[in-house]
Amino acid sequence: MAFVRAYFRSPPAVIGLFLLLCVIAMAVSAGWFFPRDPLALAGRPLVWPFANPRFPLGTDNSGRDIAAQIFYGARISLLIGGVATVIAVIIGIVIGAVSGYYGGWVDNVLMRITEAFQTLPNFLLLLVLVAVFGSNITTVIIAIGIVSWPAPARLTRAEFLSLRNREFVQAGRTLGLKDMKLIFGEILPNALPPVIVYASVVMAVSILLESALAFLRLSDPNVASWGNLIGLGRDVLRVQWYVSAIPGIAILVTVLAVSLVGQGLNDALNPRLKGR
Amino acid sequence: MTDASPAVLTLDALSVRLPAGADRPHAMKDVSLAISSNEILCVVGESGSGKSMTANAIMRLLPGGVEIDGGKVLFDGRDLTQLTEAEMRDVRGAGIAMIFQEPMTALNPLRTIGDQIGEMFAIHTKLKGAAITERVLSLLEEVRIPDPKLAARAYPHELSGGQRQRAMIAMALALDPKVLIADEPTTALDVTTQAQILALIRDLQARKGTAVLFITHDFGVVAEIADRVAVMQHGLVVEQGPAAQILDDPQHPYTKQLIAAVPPLKAPPPRPLSGETILAVEHVSKTFRTGGFLGRGVRVTHAVKDVTLSLPKGGTIGIVGESGSGKSTLARCIVRLIDPDTGVINLNGRDLAKLSREEMRRATRHIQMVFQDPFASLNPRRKAGELVAQGPIVHGMDRAEALAKAKELFSLVGLDPAATDRYPHEFSGGQRQRIGLARALALQPEVLVADEAVSALDVSVQAQVLRLLAELRQRLGLSIVFITHDLRVAAQVCDLVAVMKNGEVVEAGPIGKVFGDPQHPYTQALLASIPGREFGVKREAVSV
Amino acid sequence: MHILRLAGRRLAASIPTLILILVGVFLLLQLAPGDTVDAMMAQMGGGDARTAEDLRRFYGLDLSVTAQLGNYLWRLIRFDLGFSAIYGKPVAQVIAERLPATILLMTASLSFAFFFGIVFGVIAARGVNRWPDTLISTLGLIFYATPSFWFGLMAIVVFSIYLQWLPAGGLSDITQVKEGIWLVLDTARHLVLPTLTLGLIFLAIYLRIMRASMLEVLTLDFVRTARAKGLDETRVVVRHVLRNALLPMVTLIGLQAGTMLGGSVVVESVFSLPGLGRLAYESVVQRDLNTLLGIIFVSALLVIAVNFVVDLVYARLDPRIKTEG
Repeated sequence: MAFVRAYFRSPPAVIGLFLLLCVIAMAVSAGWFFPRDPLALAGRPLVWPFANPRFPLGTDNSGRDIAAQIFYGARISLLIGGVATVIAVIIGIVIGAVSGYYGGWVDNVLMRITEAFQTLPNFLLLLVLVAVFGSNITTVIIAIGIVSWPAPARLTRAEFLSLRNREFVQAGRTLGLKDMKLIFGEILPNALPPVIVYASVVMAVSILLESALAFLRLSDPNVASWGNLIGLGRDVLRVQWYVSAIPGIAILVTVLAVSLVGQGLNDALNPRLKGR
Repeated sequence: MTDASPAVLTLDALSVRLPAGADRPHAMKDVSLAISSNEILCVVGESGSGKSMTANAIMRLLPGGVEIDGGKVLFDGRDLTQLTEAEMRDVRGAGIAMIFQEPMTALNPLRTIGDQIGEMFAIHTKLKGAAITERVLSLLEEVRIPDPKLAARAYPHELSGGQRQRAMIAMALALDPKVLIADEPTTALDVTTQAQILALIRDLQARKGTAVLFITHDFGVVAEIADRVAVMQHGLVVEQGPAAQILDDPQHPYTKQLIAAVPPLKAPPPRPLSGETILAVEHVSKTFRTGGFLGRGVRVTHAVKDVTLSLPKGGTIGIVGESGSGKSTLARCIVRLIDPDTGVINLNGRDLAKLSREEMRRATRHIQMVFQDPFASLNPRRKAGELVAQGPIVHGMDRAEALAKAKELFSLVGLDPAATDRYPHEFSGGQRQRIGLARALALQPEVLVADEAVSALDVSVQAQVLRLLAELRQRLGLSIVFITHDLRVAAQVCDLVAVMKNGEVVEAGPIGKVFGDPQHPYTQALLASIPGREFGVKREAVSV
Repeated sequence: MHILRLAGRRLAASIPTLILILVGVFLLLQLAPGDTVDAMMAQMGGGDARTAEDLRRFYGLDLSVTAQLGNYLWRLIRFDLGFSAIYGKPVAQVIAERLPATILLMTASLSFAFFFGIVFGVIAARGVNRWPDTLISTLGLIFYATPSFWFGLMAIVVFSIYLQWLPAGGLSDITQVKEGIWLVLDTARHLVLPTLTLGLIFLAIYLRIMRASMLEVLTLDFVRTARAKGLDETRVVVRHVLRNALLPMVTLIGLQAGTMLGGSVVVESVFSLPGLGRLAYESVVQRDLNTLLGIIFVSALLVIAVNFVVDLVYARLDPRIKTEG
């Protein structure tokens, strides 16, 4: 409870949570406000926002409702951010934990692989994965998860390295605890908080990666993604710049919300470091 | 004694307020001290007594939210609490200089020693380049650093702990300050280095006539160096006076209690020992290889070299030595936290060194360990009762039964059995160490390995835990391997002692004999280095 | 000398990493639908199966995967990256033509982000929890959350279309030929928006790290020593805090070199810059897998080179490095 109170004491954290709840509300209510397919033709193309009450945010080049695409896009962004983050964090924790706990050649091999992933620009790897496995939404999510695990892995490893020689872990070992119990029962609960906080960074980056992919028209064209819409708006940028501007703001707000919540969690978990 | 000379620095009813929400409103309240030139005033107290805050308040280097809210600090005819920040900067370093506990972190790791000492002249004097270099070298010579030229060019990590502290002292004395504040300057050092640094401070102080405000928690150090003593408790000065008077005839109950808690260096009369050996360590060695890629640049450390010891049933063997002597590595080899390279660890006729991981896991019930750090040795995310019950559960006991047993153990180590539901952070340092002890005892081991188990505790708490340990030893018939750097503590609890240096046992035997009549030069040096040696010997052993 | 040996050892240690990447991506690309010959045939407007088979034999694509991998690695040792069917040139040549623009863009963005990151980070840390700090930290968060391609597009709308101050794309003005200093100025003018666009997120990261690092170092013991010596706050920061606080920043450059290279894919596409990133994008779209593999190789080399330089700089800054290892 002290944790919750500490979280709500920070205004940015509260703002972040509010924004995130707004985005979640959009995602949940999309089907209710816009029962029709957001990618179906809705009216005249390129209607400016506020010009027609039927389309509060206007329509895009092919006459699709922008507001509907923004609401449905929230679903896609949250889905991608959430699932890709879970994939990346789970892979990262397992590799980082094993690497940090056992050390030696296991660590050496795993860290070489991690290093290889970090040396290879992650967006390039993403391009390769999409080129090879196609770009439906499931593939894209898994691909983003796969390119994002090295950072959580390194973080987990660093935590494990500092914790594994801590006296309470040695005490567990002298009591006769097995390795798996030490890793998951003793060390992991203590190593988890910074990794959870870092998950917010992974989530923010995942959302940005997908939108960049969609902007380049390499993501799934059959879902309403904010990045898709920005890419589409590029063709009419000179005059109807709003087609690109509106979904960009949606991405910005979502990523900002995720970052603020992450920072709020961090401050609440480490009261000593408040304001860093 | 220089009672006649006027005070250089006077604290007049100085109070320092803590921010709201702290455990008490004031870090120090109405503290009045006076210190004359050419004298050493020791401010002594346990952690949280406000002794370090005194130093920070004089320098006006208080942490955020903490401020002076009453009283005066008179220095050079001025009240330091009233000076502007710019005026105060001229006092710092030039008028009042300071040295700290941890010389490694107190020096900037990225700049050379010479550069950091020279900075004193650069900011406070008009001296330039070559003149500064010359002064730096003569200062380093004065603090008797070997090869001053090399030391001036060295970075902090390239010097030893003692040399770094010498460099700090050189820096502090650069401008011949009237007052030197030394905040636990020898606490992080080994006992032999500590003796040298204390002698250096004493010597320089006498030659230069500096007034020294020496902050410490160690009554041995006080006995060694103090002219006058002020004892602090909870932010108040409870007693002050000449050193001899405070040490020999303390008036305030707290002072009496503190002094009584300091273990005397003389061992109590020997206890009869069993002829049966429970633990025999034979020819154990452990080397560490660090660094090196593809077999290049490998550094080999012989942490433990061919150590042989034997512990009679029901006895206590002390393993003493300075940091890096290999005593902790040896302890970890005995419980197989570290696998020894060679040798036999014979516990009740079974060689632990030969056991597989799985066999060792089962054998842990016979030999348990108590750790040094009361904060790091308990998993912060488990309740105290669970921590104690964990061992029996692992070894097959039913969970409810183990938790009930934990409550029993709690009362055995003098804790409230109702407290098993609390988390470790809700306990004090001494209580946490009791939890660690209960955890080790839960498996009913025959041998207990205690690694610096009381070193992190304040003296009065330390005395209580030692008393508990002695009592349990008697009641449960425990045999103990007691690792410590503190020879006073060793003298009180151990029947036998082994002195380690650079991984080897240089001398071993009954404690009364080794401490009373040391044979090896290193043991002699170690014993001679203990601060306030006479203070320890002349007092009779308290019943530990 | 010692530093060089240390860095050399790091360089040697990155060879297995490089091989791991190449083998991994090579095998990955084997799973791709269609090979270079398919791409070529499509380029030629189709052809019969015989021609395809001949071409496959000519390019060694009829061999087993392991043999192909062996061939590829053997050719790599001789810096032969193969032939690009789409561009009709050796891959090495295609990449060499595109490399300068990317290096220029990366250097400019990195310098921009690093310099202003330090400046803003220091300002924020000096006034921690006061308005300059709040302003800078808030801006940092917003920059961090801004998708770079979107920022680029909006910058084009404002500065190129509406205000008409800066060009919307390309590396130089193609309507007139310029020389010497005018060429440099023209290129610089073209690089302003791409640099800002690519550098923005890194500026956000650097200023945050610099601020945190400054605050961390300010709590260390030697800062208290410096104050006890009588140094004023400016000197404490300049002479004792800054260099210590820079260490994590330098490490970060190495860690983020790859991310920055990845970011250039998008930014080069937005501003139609003839760089490596856009080439990567085009090879994916056109299924020019040979070129894609070549780009992966060169990018990894680039990242390793940046890390090599970072190691040297770090060892210059931190004397503790020399005695280790």
